[in-house]
Amino acid sequence: MTALPIEPVPAPEPRWRALRGVNAGDRIYRGTLTVLAVTLPLLLLALVGELVASAWPAIRRFGPHFLWTSVWDPVAGVFGAAPMIFGTIASSLLALVIAVPLSLGVAIFLTEFAPKRVRQPIAFLVELLAAIPSVVYGLWGVFVLIPFLRAQVVPPLRAVLGWTPFFDGVFYGNSLLAGGVILAIMIVPYIAAVSREVLLAVPGSQREAALGMGATRWEAVWTAVVPYGRAGLIGAIILGLGRALGETMAVTMLIGNRHDIGLSVLQPAYTMAAAIANEFSEATTNLYLSALFEVGLLLFVITVVVNALARLLIWQVARGTAVGSRAL
Amino acid sequence: MNARRVRRRVVNGMMTGLVGVLSFLAVLALVLILGNLVVKGGSSLDWNFFVKNPVPAGESGGGVANAIVGTGIIVGLACLIGLPVGIGAGLYLAEFGSGRLGWIVRFVADVLNGTPSIVVGIFAWTWLVKPMGHFSALAGSVALAILMVPMLARTTEEMVRLVPHSLREAALALGYPRWRTSLRIVARTALAGIVTSSLVGVARIAGGLVLLLAVAARSAIRQGPPHGAAR
Repeated sequence: MTALPIEPVPAPEPRWRALRGVNAGDRIYRGTLTVLAVTLPLLLLALVGELVASAWPAIRRFGPHFLWTSVWDPVAGVFGAAPMIFGTIASSLLALVIAVPLSLGVAIFLTEFAPKRVRQPIAFLVELLAAIPSVVYGLWGVFVLIPFLRAQVVPPLRAVLGWTPFFDGVFYGNSLLAGGVILAIMIVPYIAAVSREVLLAVPGSQREAALGMGATRWEAVWTAVVPYGRAGLIGAIILGLGRALGETMAVTMLIGNRHDIGLSVLQPAYTMAAAIANEFSEATTNLYLSALFEVGLLLFVITVVVNALARLLIWQVARGTAVGSRAL
Repeated sequence: MNARRVRRRVVNGMMTGLVGVLSFLAVLALVLILGNLVVKGGSSLDWNFFVKNPVPAGESGGGVANAIVGTGIIVGLACLIGLPVGIGAGLYLAEFGSGRLGWIVRFVADVLNGTPSIVVGIFAWTWLVKPMGHFSALAGSVALAILMVPMLARTTEEMVRLVPHSLREAALALGYPRWRTSLRIVARTALAGIVTSSLVGVARIAGGLVLLLAVAARSAIRQGPPHGAAR
């Protein structure tokens, strides 16, 4: 028996390249998608850059005074945005006061109490509210809401609360109240949709534990489910606030567009978005235009901060998911 | 003890009723608005409304054909620009989005999603209308595309993530390269969902077109008759 000479086995083809999937097609695919994805951050930078550049003359001219002076005189070339900032915040807060109980009620009803069969249809109907164009809300507000407020809502409000500064003066229709109510109706679907998804993300064991200890269904919701999703619910509300801040068309048609700071919700006011929509096409001087751009920049910065805050809060409950982005 | 039990049951019943009533109110608002629209506007809706152009104020008849066609052109162009970018970014987030860049893109998309359309409108004006000297369908489309992309990216990501992992594994096991797996298997499976949510998004954004026109009117008034202007 002769020993067979041991043939050296040829080294195998390096397969790791193929196994790691590094082939030309994959690299091109990944590269293309990365480029497309990177356009989003670039877009954000471009937006900020362009707005700052366009607003620069006004920023340099008025400095921080722009924020707290309230003279808006295009003829004299003096601009202060305080009334708009005030009106934007006041109308949005008013909208939140009305919309938050309503939409949290909807979300809790749909996730915890409603019979299974009606959950999907009602959720769909409420989200349909978000699909109605803003102008339609505006028209409806002018022809239906304002007459209704004048006839049914304002007289009793004044009878009870007329002595407070918040319900002072004559109600002509276009007012902070009308703008706030229409905003409330418009943001209910957003807040409701996102809070519903937050509540759905609360594990069933939380409910079961509370019910198992003898809680009623409401107690289970209030002591177990809502606290668990609290951060997400607050995020949903802030998201609604962001929507209300930037809403333009309907508010422009209803808020009365008056450069004034007043406490009374029955009086006309102004918002930043409304100012841009109304005056952009008639800004005759560069400074005027630049002042409007500064208003736009402020509005953008405010909504970015508000939205970023809302997202971080929502991600705490529903980590990394696109909660609510379908409804938005 | 007994009184306490009664109280708890009453609170439970009251709150159940309350959230039910609140839901009813929200749906009622929708019914009121849509109902009002149909009752008031339904009578002037006929065939002529869609196929004729507006007539001068005071004359009767006429329609909004030019506005419908204009909207169609702007929205179509916007889709041409926005769909590839939005869906591509969404695929990136779903396929490779676990790293730092993915986090940034996701976050930026969510933030841009809430940007007021009026801000995007004036941005498009400085970017496109001012340099070109007049409003055009293109400027409107770019603005709409900007509004569309972040929403598309997020919904595409969500839809692609719903595709079962076993499909992807099966394709890879058969020797498909990853890019073909991603495009031919995963994206195609998610296609129905992507199309549905794109349609919803486009419909929502088309409603915001009014704002662009408020901004666009500026150039129309100051620079004479615009070329290729759309309504």
